[in-house]
Amino acid sequence: MKPLVEAVALSKRFAGGLGRESTLALAGLSLSIDAEKPSVIAVVGESGSGKTTLARLLLGLAEPSGGEVRYCGVDLRKLTRDGRIAFRRDVQAVFQDPYGVYNPFYRVDHVLATPVRRFRLATSRADARELIGVALRAVGLRPEEILGRFPHQLSGGQRQRVMVARALLLKPKLIVADEPVSMVDASLRATILGSLRNLTDKHGISVLYITHDLATAYQISDAILVLYRAHLVETGAVESVVSAPQHPYTRLLVSAIPRAHAVRDWLTSEATSAEISRSANSVGCIFADRCPHVASACLAAPPLLYRTEPQRAVACVRYENAPALSADHLAEVLAAK
Amino acid sequence: MTEPVLRVEGLRVAFDHPLGKVKAVNDVSFALLLGERFGLAGESGSGKSTLALAILRLIKPPGRIEAGEVSLAGRQLAELDEDAMRALRLASIALVPQGSMNSLNPVLRIGQQIADAYADHGIRLGRGDVQRRIAVLLAQVGLPESTARMYPHELSGGMKQRACIAIAICLRPKMIIADEPTSALDVVVQRQVMGTLARVQEELQAAVILIGHDMGLMAQFVDRLGVMYAGRLVEVAPIAEIIERPRHPYTRALIASLPSLESRGELIGIPGLAPLLRDLPSGCAFHPRCSLAMERCRTEAPAMREIGDAQVACHLA
Repeated sequence: MKPLVEAVALSKRFAGGLGRESTLALAGLSLSIDAEKPSVIAVVGESGSGKTTLARLLLGLAEPSGGEVRYCGVDLRKLTRDGRIAFRRDVQAVFQDPYGVYNPFYRVDHVLATPVRRFRLATSRADARELIGVALRAVGLRPEEILGRFPHQLSGGQRQRVMVARALLLKPKLIVADEPVSMVDASLRATILGSLRNLTDKHGISVLYITHDLATAYQISDAILVLYRAHLVETGAVESVVSAPQHPYTRLLVSAIPRAHAVRDWLTSEATSAEISRSANSVGCIFADRCPHVASACLAAPPLLYRTEPQRAVACVRYENAPALSADHLAEVLAAK
Repeated sequence: MTEPVLRVEGLRVAFDHPLGKVKAVNDVSFALLLGERFGLAGESGSGKSTLALAILRLIKPPGRIEAGEVSLAGRQLAELDEDAMRALRLASIALVPQGSMNSLNPVLRIGQQIADAYADHGIRLGRGDVQRRIAVLLAQVGLPESTARMYPHELSGGMKQRACIAIAICLRPKMIIADEPTSALDVVVQRQVMGTLARVQEELQAAVILIGHDMGLMAQFVDRLGVMYAGRLVEVAPIAEIIERPRHPYTRALIASLPSLESRGELIGIPGLAPLLRDLPSGCAFHPRCSLAMERCRTEAPAMREIGDAQVACHLA
């Protein structure tokens, strides 16, 4: 396997201000995205779990505090100029906040026309317009309603779709999509996620889909990583992780999704506390304060990752009979079948 | 049957636009019983939020309420003057607006913002009384008493949203309109906030209108659901009925577009785009996107018909 982008024991700690504790945003995560076998890998977790930090580190927008991010085997910080340009083209981002990414003084055409010009995607003006039109229609927008408008004239959902269209334009090898549909309607969500999945299946583009929505992750991804407060708690093939979650946190996430059933069990099944009562700096399992199965071993030391199935690893002492998995072997668990 | 607490009759809201009139809410009628949870579902731009604002008479120019009546506990809201309407908002109908967690004043403590709501509605209380009421309210929404002395930036999203619910219920309204109250929250926190809303609603015996597009959330929370499309209600029925036997093709598509956790497969979006409200298709507004559309759908707009407990506006139902 030849990795395109790898995270090696990646961690990030944000320094606290005067007299404040520093915040651990990501704790030693390893991950590998295959250059040859494109797949959709989902990173799921609640706010503050480190999902966005992971995205920013992988994109080279933040410096890791420990470990490194490699592009074609080279640390991002050591890339040559040409290497950086190739990285910038191969790895595209779609961000969470469709309000913050636009310069309000430019028409939205600007974010679409700039990559076309910079990377010489079109030979003529008409050609460029055609390319942009195709990309916009692919995400369910009418070009005549979008082009020529200013960002404030579009809805959040429309702006986000323009960003997905922009990433589509460049035909990259990896798209890091940070909550691309959290501000879009349920009906359109399916369309946009379907087109992301299509990128992998038809154009061979890998997608790192970062989301808090386990249901959409289940629908489009091949493998999944579940993060909880900077730590990886469960990972593996999406089918098994979602249909039979092993970590108590993953179970909580699955049970918290409201289902379109006639049986009303959603509000009555609330058993686990949603409050965090424990400081991030105490030892032991990060989920211990909310876990219904907490035991003394959980408070003593952080759990190792246990490989419970060939395509599955869980960070919970309840599975300590399974062989422990070192972080360098995580890629095997995540590899598409 | 008891008298409905809220009755909306033939409500129409239009916005003037240089290219034509935008009919955001088009002839909408429904009634709500005391203690009932009513859902309004539909895509963005279907008129859900505008309907909520119209009920509260908060439509601003270039928008206007063109026709229709809204009555709350038998009072015609259109006949009230602006002062009376202002007094009625929050006291009788509370709105938890979309993104309300970002509507808290960043430089005021949570307790002060609740106290302001009392002061603004002419309720004069001693300092001790205010503190006691705030403590009770915060306990009702499951927040610790210390929250009163905190600023919004010290709270998490879920806590801010619960603080907004506390403000909304501080005058014990008989009707709460919650416009996508959990759209920016994680699922675990969402369940907690919805649980809070359910609990305070039962305590107050208030009616709730929940606006949203998550059919899973609707299935688990509301008693009755109205589905809106292009400014019109196209189906209204008890929630179990809608989930098990959706009659309108749009309702069916809306349910199908919800990603399932049971089976993996094609994600089913709703084909096409929502129509422009200033240039609606002829006949049934959904016909260009409907897989079952017939000739009649293109020419004749379907009227709302009663079928058992359900009301459906579709020629095929």
